[in-house]
Amino acid sequence: MPQLPGLLKGLGVTARTAMRTLFPKRGMRTLIPAPQQGSVTVQYPHEKEAPPDRARGVIALHEENCTACMLCSRSCPDWCIYIEGHKVKAPPRRAGGAVRSVNVVDRFDIDYALCMYCGICVEVCPFDALFWTPEYEYSEPHIADLLHDRIRLSEWMETVPEFLDYEPGSEQKVRKVPEFGTDDFAPARKLEAGS
Amino acid sequence: MTDLLGLAYWAETSIKLGVALIVIPTAALMLGYLFLLKMMAFMQSRLGPQDVGPYGTLQLIADAVKFLQKEDIHPAAADRRVFRAAPVVVLASSFLLFVVLPTGPDAVVENLDTGIFYAMAVSSLSVLGVLMAGWASANKYALLGGLRAAGQLIAYELPLILAVMGVVIQADSLNLQQIVRAQAEGEIFGFGLIGNPFILTQFVGFLIFMIAAQAELTQTPFDMPVAETELVGGFHVEYTGFRFLLFFMAEVATAFAFSALATVMFLGGWWIPGFDFDAPVLNVLGPVVMLVKILLVAFIIFWIRFTYPRLREDQLQKFAWKVLIPLSLANIVVTGIFKVVL
Repeated sequence: MPQLPGLLKGLGVTARTAMRTLFPKRGMRTLIPAPQQGSVTVQYPHEKEAPPDRARGVIALHEENCTACMLCSRSCPDWCIYIEGHKVKAPPRRAGGAVRSVNVVDRFDIDYALCMYCGICVEVCPFDALFWTPEYEYSEPHIADLLHDRIRLSEWMETVPEFLDYEPGSEQKVRKVPEFGTDDFAPARKLEAGS
Repeated sequence: MTDLLGLAYWAETSIKLGVALIVIPTAALMLGYLFLLKMMAFMQSRLGPQDVGPYGTLQLIADAVKFLQKEDIHPAAADRRVFRAAPVVVLASSFLLFVVLPTGPDAVVENLDTGIFYAMAVSSLSVLGVLMAGWASANKYALLGGLRAAGQLIAYELPLILAVMGVVIQADSLNLQQIVRAQAEGEIFGFGLIGNPFILTQFVGFLIFMIAAQAELTQTPFDMPVAETELVGGFHVEYTGFRFLLFFMAEVATAFAFSALATVMFLGGWWIPGFDFDAPVLNVLGPVVMLVKILLVAFIIFWIRFTYPRLREDQLQKFAWKVLIPLSLANIVVTGIFKVVL
């Protein structure tokens, strides 16, 4: 019997939700059912959903920045990034300097059938070659077509949104390399605690 | 009905058969669309089906067509004959329930003298089908689901029948038409305009009947036999295509039949206040009144289903044996005393 008030309250919650969904209008037009306005869902194929800030839709490649360093490929938990490149000789930066060797990307594929959208590749890239974009409409009838090559990945660059400022309080995480000798440098702290 | 229309036996029977074959799927579709799809969606702040037909009304028909197209798969280790028969047994049990449901003075398929007894007996047949399905699937989840169904349905059959007993004592009859008549001709303290729907005198019985029916129909919060999070669907886990469709249809059609039974026993059935009990016009108006009341009762069943989470197996058994059965026995005793004294 002590459960009874809670049980009745539960019935009230579902009934109220149903009424709010069916009759969202107030005032004179209260009794006209308008579930289209009352429901919280988006009727996706008919109307497009606006993705939130920093939505992880698809990853875009800025090919000029990529040096084929393989960091993203090696840090990918799913091994879904395939990179091939070769070295070419480039003219020296300054007159009289040595001939430089530069990496050129031959192949940069991301298999979205495997990708789990963790974003480690975007985080780890030191040259700002990978970006998140909020686009989500790239399903394919054949699974093999989910392998986006470097041309397709570069096309996504057009949809990359403007850089959003970091949210307050997130600066600590943004600084990737802690300075030696400061409190942030974890090994130093550990040494002090040990001695 | 034979006396009314003067038809031969075979003509009358084929008309009844045709009506039943139209009514039962329509009833299942109606409950499925109104409550399972639309009402659940609204209670979860969704819209439900929108695209198939106006307001998604044809969604269930599209689903049925989809089920019919699917391959009929048997598990390799299944007992094929029993596996195939199980959904038919379950569906037959809910079809047989419709036989005794009265919807007018003459509009009843078969006016049995032991109507309510027959209904209770036939409704427990579905347990047999569920057990057959669970056993024949050769799947541990299906078997667990089947055993749970058996344990639960036996535990809740008892309060269900005991709740009905109170009504039977008060109406002096097992015949469903006589139960309706007793309510139509009854009086509340000498006030006989709306008769005496037994929900007023048998309110405890009505509550017990609704709770037990909820368990009998394996609707949430008593849906352990089909618990999809624990048993991935229970006894129908191995079924595909139209055999699964049969299970689904039986579930919804039985919900309709139980709502109809509750209507007949507690809400005054098809009788409309102010009409003569045997007025022929009630053969037309009665079904409409019945339908409204059935939808009301079904609304309560599905409202509870969409509100509460699943009980645990031991809570379920404890509730049946320690609360519902003593309560319904007390209800019978009190009803008996009042019957003798008054």
